[in-house]
Amino acid sequence: MIDVKNLHKSFGSEEILKGIDTQFYKGKTNLIIGQSGAGKTVFLKCLLGLFTPTEGTIEYNGSAFSGLDVKEQRELRQKMGMVFQGGALFDSMTIEENVMFPLEMFTKQKKTEMMDRVQEVLDRVNLKNVNHKFPSEISGGMQKRVAIARAIVNKPKYLFCDEPNSGLDPKTAILIDNLIQEITQEYDITTVINTHDMNSVLEIGENIVYLKNGNLAWTGSKDDIYKTDDKSLIDFVYSSDLFRKVREVQLKGL
Amino acid sequence: MKYLHDIGEYFIMLKKVFGRMTKTSVLRGLIFKEVDDLIISSLGIVVFISFFIGGVVTIQTALNLNNPLIPKSLIAFTARQSIILEFSPTFISIIMAGKVGSNITSSIGTMRVMEQIDALEVMGINSANYLIFPKIIAMLLYPFVIAISMFMGIIGAYMAGVLGGFVAGEQFLNGLQNDFISFHLVYAFIKTFIFALILATIPSYHGYYMKGGALEVGQASTTAFVWTSVVLIIANYVLTQLLLS
Repeated sequence: MIDVKNLHKSFGSEEILKGIDTQFYKGKTNLIIGQSGAGKTVFLKCLLGLFTPTEGTIEYNGSAFSGLDVKEQRELRQKMGMVFQGGALFDSMTIEENVMFPLEMFTKQKKTEMMDRVQEVLDRVNLKNVNHKFPSEISGGMQKRVAIARAIVNKPKYLFCDEPNSGLDPKTAILIDNLIQEITQEYDITTVINTHDMNSVLEIGENIVYLKNGNLAWTGSKDDIYKTDDKSLIDFVYSSDLFRKVREVQLKGL
Repeated sequence: MKYLHDIGEYFIMLKKVFGRMTKTSVLRGLIFKEVDDLIISSLGIVVFISFFIGGVVTIQTALNLNNPLIPKSLIAFTARQSIILEFSPTFISIIMAGKVGSNITSSIGTMRVMEQIDALEVMGINSANYLIFPKIIAMLLYPFVIAISMFMGIIGAYMAGVLGGFVAGEQFLNGLQNDFISFHLVYAFIKTFIFALILATIPSYHGYYMKGGALEVGQASTTAFVWTSVVLIIANYVLTQLLLS
């Protein structure tokens, strides 16, 4: 579990995050949503330890990141997996080498053991016959799967995803969403997804954190989102006719 | 103020480069790769340029020595001094600022744009050490490149001088050995060593801290080339003043 307490982040005189208190739960897909400029990416980078909060703390299973020494911070980071928006795969490495990278860096496993684990996670994300290809030789959806495979290869406790289905067709986007949800439950990890894809929100949003202008504006699940009377959230989530109709149907059914 | 900020940031980066080390087995592979990318792949252009510039220096010297009282062996002496003292260490380094420097800036800059450096940091890897340290170590072989440049420059000078009919072979070899001061070689290699560090670190700085997208990668490469050249020229002056005055 990740516990965020009174998180503030400023760049110069501009305050991006204005005192966020929330929790992200183990075994659940936790979503951060909000309009562009709401502070989602800054929030995610604070969770990853890439940005130091101006004020407040982030606790990982009870340990505040800022209270850890450098070695402990490094050990904590090794328990984190991250799926970047663009995949962030290393261009000069093959798919196999990309996925093996965290194992090579942080474990003392033999090459055969590493290869077995790489094959296991590539199978898990349904990637076949791509081991010796380079990232530029596979599709965007496959790159996202490789990024997920790399993120989970070292058995992380926390998985962070920055807009994992951006730039993908709707079918592939849902496959990626479902894959992340399955992995979250299978590995019993705390997954935090930064997204503004409403399909993801309504498909896998088990714990949703809605940011507005750097403030925490709402939290709840995908079921709660149908019933909410928070006007700004309704305007944001149901901005299209299709989603408005979906909401109407859902409300009639509830 | 921006220059002071950049200089400070450059030294902070250097501190980070020599901070927490990457796993030795991984580092070894990275160093070999950088030796191939930065050193081995530069040899062709260095050999080509050095050979022809050596020839041109000889021809121009020969054409300007019209006085019959001046011995022809001075052509070889002048070519040797030009090549060892300035052409190979300094001129080749400025060419390398374009070739090696832009390679370093664009490769690190692209990794920054594609969030690959963030990916390394999230994994708990010291990205500055992982990316820049192997380049610095690889560039320690740069004096060998300059030694090859000196050799090829003198070969070029010999070919142009002797085969071009400007000086007899024996006179050229005499001139080559006349008044040889071994400290000049020491001076040239001290310069080369300092230049190697400049060539590895300034382009790395411009790539590592770049912001923006693909267009900015190109701009960062150009900026890196300009600043690397400026620092090389200033360092050349200071080292010459310190070592030869």
